[in-house]
Amino acid sequence: MSSRLIMETLQSEFADHLAKIYVQHEDEIQVELLSERLDWLPKICLFVHHQWKAFFVSAWASDGCKQEHQFKLHYLFSLDNEKLFLVIHAPVSADQPDFPSVAAHLIAANWAEREIQDTFGLTAVGHPNPKALWSHPDWPSSTFAMRKDFSIHSNPTRVDGDFPIASVEGEGVLEIPVGPIHAGIIEPGHFRFSVAGEPIIRLQAQLFYTHKGTEKLAEGLSPERVLHLSERVSGDSTFGHSTAFCHAVERMCGLTIPERAQSLRILCLELERIHNHLSDIGMIANDVAFLIGYAHAMRVREDVMSLNERLWGSRLIRGVNALGGVRRDLSLSIIPEIKSLMIKVREELRELDQILMNSASVVDRLETTGILHQSTAKDIGIVGIAGRASGLDRDFRRDHPHLGYSRLTFNVPTRQTGDVMARTQVRIDEVMESTQIIEQILQKIPDGPIKISTPELPKSAFALGYCEGWRGPILHALETDSHGAITRYKIDDPSFHNWPALLFAVQGNIVPDFPLINKSFNLSYSGNDR
Amino acid sequence: MLKFLRKSLQTGLVTTQYPRLPDLPPENFLGAPVINFEKISIERLKEAEKVCPTGAIAVETDGTRSKASLSYASCIFCGRCAEAVPEAITMSQEFELATFFKARLITSAEYVDGKLTGVHLPKREASIEELGERVRDEIFKTLGRSLHIRHVDAGSCNGCELEIAALQNPIFDLERFGMHFVASPRHADMLLVTGPVTRNLEIALQKTYEATPDPKVVVAVGACGCSGGIFGESYASRGGVDKIVPVDIYIPGCPPRPQALLHGLLLAMGRLSIH
Ligand code: SF4
Repeated sequence: MSSRLIMETLQSEFADHLAKIYVQHEDEIQVELLSERLDWLPKICLFVHHQWKAFFVSAWASDGCKQEHQFKLHYLFSLDNEKLFLVIHAPVSADQPDFPSVAAHLIAANWAEREIQDTFGLTAVGHPNPKALWSHPDWPSSTFAMRKDFSIHSNPTRVDGDFPIASVEGEGVLEIPVGPIHAGIIEPGHFRFSVAGEPIIRLQAQLFYTHKGTEKLAEGLSPERVLHLSERVSGDSTFGHSTAFCHAVERMCGLTIPERAQSLRILCLELERIHNHLSDIGMIANDVAFLIGYAHAMRVREDVMSLNERLWGSRLIRGVNALGGVRRDLSLSIIPEIKSLMIKVREELRELDQILMNSASVVDRLETTGILHQSTAKDIGIVGIAGRASGLDRDFRRDHPHLGYSRLTFNVPTRQTGDVMARTQVRIDEVMESTQIIEQILQKIPDGPIKISTPELPKSAFALGYCEGWRGPILHALETDSHGAITRYKIDDPSFHNWPALLFAVQGNIVPDFPLINKSFNLSYSGNDR
Repeated sequence: MLKFLRKSLQTGLVTTQYPRLPDLPPENFLGAPVINFEKISIERLKEAEKVCPTGAIAVETDGTRSKASLSYASCIFCGRCAEAVPEAITMSQEFELATFFKARLITSAEYVDGKLTGVHLPKREASIEELGERVRDEIFKTLGRSLHIRHVDAGSCNGCELEIAALQNPIFDLERFGMHFVASPRHADMLLVTGPVTRNLEIALQKTYEATPDPKVVVAVGACGCSGGIFGESYASRGGVDKIVPVDIYIPGCPPRPQALLHGLLLAMGRLSIH
């Protein structure tokens, strides 16, 4: 279906409520709601969701109080089958800072609306669970960090308060608090387990410990600087996040980067996928005390990391992405080395796969552990590898291709069981796919420049940038003001959508399996907290 | 079982020779930027300052006098300065930057009437070759052959964690030095802290520090841990680790490669034995 048809349908259904509807950057359908018709927001969102089986992607706000005396809400949907995005923009008056909750009908928007409440002070009326998400208990109420009148350099005094943790009562029910400082070399967050004996009845999480004000920090900075911030949203997704940011800038400026740069970006994205997946496979083996599996996986991963260092000068592929392309070229002489490493990765992983899957003690721990049912995954909006392991066949590389992914042949591996085993196998399959994607890239890597210069950002513009990171879809949204300066930078990491999945998947499992289940999702705290 | 054994025998030993042998990074490695102050004008220095995303390069002018400085504590090794001023700034292969004193991370130069009048190059700590043997002896003497490290993420992007975790893989195999990561600060001799310290982790970091028995060393890891890095100070970030707890060793990098971490850890072990 064409974007024109979609716009016509929306026009005929909601003509009285819409201010504007248009397409930009080829695949973004922009729908602007009239300010007095805010109560129609949930209806339109639901219509889009049902009519075109559109997935909820993200929702965020921006503050336009100074110019227009209003905030703006943005609800983003993906129409996978039509390869289109649809953004619904809804103005919220500064005099009445509330809006009808979409999450009341579409639970996937749950966290997004709570973050909007906490950081913009806009109340989601009718939200099923409106408690604080972003704000820690010592953060003063009615202080909203993302509002323009809140200075980035302010330092609100701490107030007294307790985490809004629901208590679970009953005979023999115990609570186990864990974190924020964890026992391993991992990121910080607080978990509260309610257990009856070994089984977990309920898990609650308090995150946002690593909140660094990244989105706010970007406001007013030059895009060149923000690029380096984007590389540091989540260390393991350095290239994914910087690609999404560059893509947003390039779309906003109407640029198509040179073909060689596109190929090099795919190469980097796939190398990032491989090193993270190998690490996770190793860590999953480690968590079931299968140390030999850990050692072999990490040894091969280390080969990929040192290849990264030789190719780009940085193991995490930092300082490589550029606005308008990439900063570092690939020398012809190193191509055979990449090719032979891809063969090695495949062979080693095949062997490791056999070793793991033929070991009863490993299989026993992975199978039926931490099940995330497909219906749950779909309802709460789970994305990426976690979604694919629960049967959600979605991948931005195929559904929203750019960089030339549409010219490549690859499979999107899925599993139906939604357990730790499924998430492990999706990773194994994806590494195999990535190695052959890299081989396809190397076969016909186009000549030519690796970068074109980018003009100044256009004034009062909006653009999305995205890619499929190793964990799932990464989406950035960029807005400029009337001078062309960045006024809003929204970062959407897949972890933000998948943390709720973990809370569901652990239910009924025993506490000692928690680290394993957690690892099988391997969610980013920093990407979530920003 | 036999299969595993065969696999392991086939694989053989994979652990790096570092620090016994140097581990030179590849040619295009983004190591410490080096400014050739003889070859650079104040104007060009200002251009480098302008492109530097973290303020690691700073130029102050007061009348006819100017002072330029470059701090590896806040540098994220992005290479922008070298791109902007290729005739005088290069990205070197140097990565063993760990030091006891933050001042040793700063290079500076003075100019009068645009003429270079002085350059201050920081003193470097012992190289890894010197450290390796010496420290191993010392640590065996004082610590009973082991050092227990507690890692604390005080708000990092997780880049440093990836490289710290890599120290445990078979290539870097930290345990060969008698260093272990432990689950509780109460068991630790050393806190390995990544930053920037966020508002929401400040108290947790303080409590972890207090829970660690004396004598203890604190190591700040990465640009953010050393100085706040690209995140600096804001409503959400307090800046570097030393803003909250005393720091004994700084390991620059964004993130430091595992070899750089190893160099810093060995240096820190020396410090611990002096305590
Ligand atoms: S490498 Fe980057 S962060 Fe370091 S001094 Fe140069 S421009 Fe600044």
